This record gives sequence, structure tokens and C-alpha cells, in this order.
Amino acid sequence: MKRPIRVLIAKPGLDGHDRGAKVIARALRDAGMEVIYTGLRQTPEQIVAAAVQEDVDVVGMSLLSGAHNYLFPKVVELLKEQGVDDVLIVGGGIIPDEDIPGLKEAGVDEIFTPGTPIAKMVDYIKNNVKR
Amino acid sequence: MFDKEKLSHLKEARQRWEVGVLAKTLSKAPESKAEFKTVSGSVVKRLYTPEDIEDIDYERDLGYPGQYPFTRGYQPTMYRGRPWTMRMYAGFATAEESNERYKYLVSQGSTGLSVAFDLPTQIGYDSDHPLAQGEVGKVGVAIDSLRDMEILFDGIPLDKVSTSMTINAPAAVLLAMYIAVAEKQGVSPDKLRGTIQNDILKEYIARGTYIFPTEPSMRLITDIFDYCSKHVPNWNTISISGYHIREAGSTAAQEVGFTLADGIAYVEAAIKAGLDVDTFAPRLSFFFNSHNDLFEEVAKFRAARRLWARIMKDRFKAKNEKSMMLKFHTQTAGCTLTAQQPDNNIIRVAMQALAAVLGGTQSLHTNSRDEALALPTTDSVTIALRTQQIIANETGVTNTVDPLAGSYYIEAKTKEIEDKAMEYINKIDELGGAARAIDLGYIQKEISDSAYKYQMEIESLERIVVGVNKYQVEEEAPKGLLKVDPIVAEMQKQKINEVKAKRNNLAVEERLSLLKKACEGTENLMPYILNAVKEYATLGEICGVMREVFGEYEQAVLI
Repeated sequence: MKRPIRVLIAKPGLDGHDRGAKVIARALRDAGMEVIYTGLRQTPEQIVAAAVQEDVDVVGMSLLSGAHNYLFPKVVELLKEQGVDDVLIVGGGIIPDEDIPGLKEAGVDEIFTPGTPIAKMVDYIKNNVKR
Repeated sequence: MFDKEKLSHLKEARQRWEVGVLAKTLSKAPESKAEFKTVSGSVVKRLYTPEDIEDIDYERDLGYPGQYPFTRGYQPTMYRGRPWTMRMYAGFATAEESNERYKYLVSQGSTGLSVAFDLPTQIGYDSDHPLAQGEVGKVGVAIDSLRDMEILFDGIPLDKVSTSMTINAPAAVLLAMYIAVAEKQGVSPDKLRGTIQNDILKEYIARGTYIFPTEPSMRLITDIFDYCSKHVPNWNTISISGYHIREAGSTAAQEVGFTLADGIAYVEAAIKAGLDVDTFAPRLSFFFNSHNDLFEEVAKFRAARRLWARIMKDRFKAKNEKSMMLKFHTQTAGCTLTAQQPDNNIIRVAMQALAAVLGGTQSLHTNSRDEALALPTTDSVTIALRTQQIIANETGVTNTVDPLAGSYYIEAKTKEIEDKAMEYINKIDELGGAARAIDLGYIQKEISDSAYKYQMEIESLERIVVGVNKYQVEEEAPKGLLKVDPIVAEMQKQKINEVKAKRNNLAVEERLSLLKKACEGTENLMPYILNAVKEYATLGEICGVMREVFGEYEQAVLI
């Protein structure tokens, strides 16, 4: 039997808003996924180490501080350095539409902006998980 | 509030109405839902009557404004004397740019300043620290040393304005910088008016910008209480905040219960540190959220005032009435703003602001329409400020004190929120107080349960959010959002280098080592911090010394 999808929900940077991260973590768990939540203030290095150690299929990052253009690509870059290229990487938070193309170009698979229904995220993850 | 005979007569009349008029209507046209609830999920009855407030005693429970238990207001004349302080929270990028925004806000009729700091500043890192990368100047202004603070308040006379600073873990350092800037302007500390947030417990619970563990953090807070009672007597030394607890997803009653439980913890810590309750309690202030449910919010503000007065009088035996008065700042609920159809947020903010005014707030920040997308533009901030000015000048709601008092619904809800909040406080007392309840994760779990329930109701359309899960339209990405130029980080780094090259580095080292010794001992830390700040020791250096002695807080991670 196929194992459940494993997801790391991470809070990169110094932002302390974790309502969204916690709600998503719980909702993905209710949707049958295995979810690990990092807690606040994780460096890109810590997030990548956790992703590798927990052997996750998905890394979901939540950020409301505006530092996404630096932190999200940094996580992608470090994952690649670790030879990890089959993890689905998604992000959410206060992310202006105009930043999304750049983030996708940097290797983030999808960005979910405020108001996105949780069911849509669950479907996206189920349909796009790479392994 | 009514005599027994009258009530029994009313009860009979109500029963006749129910079986007659009401039943007839319901049989023809049933109500749209089986149950009606507030935003916080508490049940709302079809009708409230004198029966719902029969246990309320006017003199005991309501009284008169400016008088115990302060249910009707903090001050006897309220907005007939002067309107609330219109205090717009602002700050971004560099001190220069933020200074410009403050001057603009004051020129437009804003009556108090409110400083937003960026995350590195809030967590005690200089802009050149590796962990500050990507965050400098983003959610507020970057302050690295006294130099930045001098620029931030350049041309703003500190004896004329009142300034609120949203700063918690390093509050002592930023307050010291403010005092030092004032001195340079020739303003003595006793002339300063303002507030520091300085509320570490809610950082552990909901906001996340903590640095040190609980015990040294509480020491810093009580050191500030003590220092300010002697030297900065008109400063509000703490703003005990429910705002972020509500933003994290709590209900209205949880907001009151958890906030006042935090307040109790601060009062206990200060008493334990040897302070007399009436020396520091008059300078405690509070900060609440104003959410969407207008009547529930009004009831919440009134309940918080009454409950705090009772706690201070009965539990802490305060003698000075000022120690019992809950005065508060309000911000409209950021979490209700939608990225979809952002202009709708103007309407939400207006209703929330109205609730705060009807609830008797002392100062108010109104959010801007574009804040679900970015920091607000000048145009958006202006609309938000105008919203307050319209409420104050055009609606007439300021003409009388506590205008909704006596409403059967409002009074019943006020009592209900007070009772529920007291249940939370009792539960937290059983667990050993707020700090312990946070370590156990109790408060965080209660909040995240409420947040999850709220979100699930949106998902299932049980809760409607206009433009998000109903009345959606296709729309283009909004244009003209405020962007902070990444060059800001480089500019800050350069400024730090300049400061470090120009200052007396020997003096800085000496002041920092004196501070370190004081941290290891039990003396009040404020004078040491002030001395270090005056020599242009950076925020990161000062917090670094304290980190060495105190260590860092470790968060309990739970979903």
C-alpha cells in the first residue's frame, strides 16, 4: 500500500504569524496526509535539514513578512544542493501577484494567496506530488 | 434591573407573544437558520427583553462613566470632551522614509504616532545580522542604533506628541533610545507621553517576536514599571494585548480572558518584585481587536473594562481608582481583510471602527484596504484615517457616553462575555498562571482550535466572507502596491558601519560590560541600557549581551 503523503509545513524567517500555517497543517492532516510543523523562525538550512530528515514529499512554507523573495528561493536552492529535486514546493501568505512569476521561476511549484480554499490546496498537492 | 412583579407580568406577555404572534409568523415563514450565532460562535436569541438582564444591578454592574466598575467608560465625559486619539500604526523601510510618513499623518489630522518596527529590530538583531536577510525594513522601520531613532523623530517635538511603539522583547532598549532622543531635543523624560507594547506573554502565545525566556523577560518588564514610575511618569509602560490573540483566531471571550490573565501575571510579577500595586497599575494599558460582529465587540469592550476593575479591586486590593481603570487602544481586525475586492475592506474597517468607538476606546488604528496584499500606500492610509474622522465628526455617535448601554442584548452579551472570560481566568489560575499555561500550550491550543473551527466554517459556506466564498468576481491583480526596495538593507548596513566608525568604541565596550554585570545581578537594567544606548551601542549589541546572560526562549511547537 502506498504511504500517505508526507508534508513539512515550515515558517521561514522571523515572521511570527502562524495561524495560517497551523490551520493548513491541521487541514492536510484531516485530509489524510502526515504533517510535520517546524514552528517559528526557521532558517532555510533548518527547513531543508528537516525536509531531508523527515523524507517529506511536500514542503509548504508560510510567510507574511514580505521576505518571500529571498527566503523561498533560498530553500529551493539548498534542497537542490542536497540533491533533492522530487519534492513539491509550495508557499503561501501575503504574497503580491507580481512576485509569483519570479518565485515560480526560482523553482517554487505553486503559491497560494489569501482566500484560497483549503480543498483547492489539498487537490493541488494530491495531483502534483512528484513521488 | 426590574421589580419582580413587573418581570412576571412581562414573562406572561412574552409567552402570549410567542404562542400567538410569533408562532403564526414562524408557521408561515420559518427563519433562515435553525440557530443564529455571533462571529465568535456564541448563540444569539431571537429577541432580548428585560428578562435577560434581570440579574443585572445598575449601580453594581454599570454605574457611571469614570467611576467603578467603569462599564460605561473610562472617563466621565468620553468623546464630548475630546475624541479618541487617532493613531495610525506606520513604519517601513528606513527611518527617513518613516519620518516622512509620520509628518504626513500628523499634517492630515492624526493625533498620535504609532511606530511599526521591522522584524530584526523586534527580535533584537541589527540589519547586518545573517538572520535579518530579506526582512530589513519590510514590516516596519529598521532601527539599529540611536542614530536611526534621531532620524525617525527628526522635526517631531516629543513633548507635543504621544508615541506608541509596538516593541516587546527589546522594549527597554527602544524606550531608552526614545528617552535619549528627547534629551537631545531638550525634553525631559517626565514630559514624555506614549506607550510601549512590552507584552511578552502574548508574544509567546500568538505574535512570535520573543527573545528571552519567561523569567528574565518578566524582570525586564517589571524593571520598566519601576523605572518609569520614578522617571517617566506619564508613560504607559505596557500595552497588554488581546489584538494578536484575536488575530491568531480566538473568540471574543478568549480575547478578554487570555489578555486579562496576562495582565494578572504582570501585576503579580511586579508585586513580587516589591512594587506597590498603586504605583504601577495606573500606567498599565490594554490593546484590543475590533472584529466584524458589531454588538459582540461593543459588549466585549465593556466586559473587559468591568472585569479588570473587579480584578484590580478584589484580587489585588488596589486603592487608587486609576489602578482599576482599563484604558485601551483598538485596531480593526487585520484578519478580516480580504485580498479579493480590496475596496470592500474600507466598509469592514468602518464598521469595526464604529464598534470600537461605541465600546469606548481611547485610541484607534484603522487598517487600510490593501493590507491583505502589502503594506498600505499613502492613499489607502488616508482613507483609513478619514474613516475615523467621519465617525468622529459626522455620525453623531460621540454625542453621548456609552450609547448602547441599557440595550437588553448588549447588557446580556456584556455579562456573558465577562462570565466566559472569568472561566478562562479561573482555568489558567488552576494551571498555575498565564506563564505556566503558555508553557503547557493550553492557551495556544484553545486559540488554534477556535481558528480551525472558524476556517472550516468558511470552507463549508456556513460563514460567508463577501468576495471570497460568495459574490466572487474575476479581477485583475491590484496595481500600485507599496514595495520596500531591497536597497534599504544595504543602506542600513552602511549606516551601522558609519556609526561604529564614529562612536567611542572603548566607551561602548565599557557600557556593554557594565550592562552584562547588571544582567547577572538583580539591579534595575534600565539605567545600564540607557547608558549603552547613549554611546550608540547598537540594538543588536545590547540584545546580544542580554542573550548571552539570559539565553533564548524555546517555543512549544504544536498544531
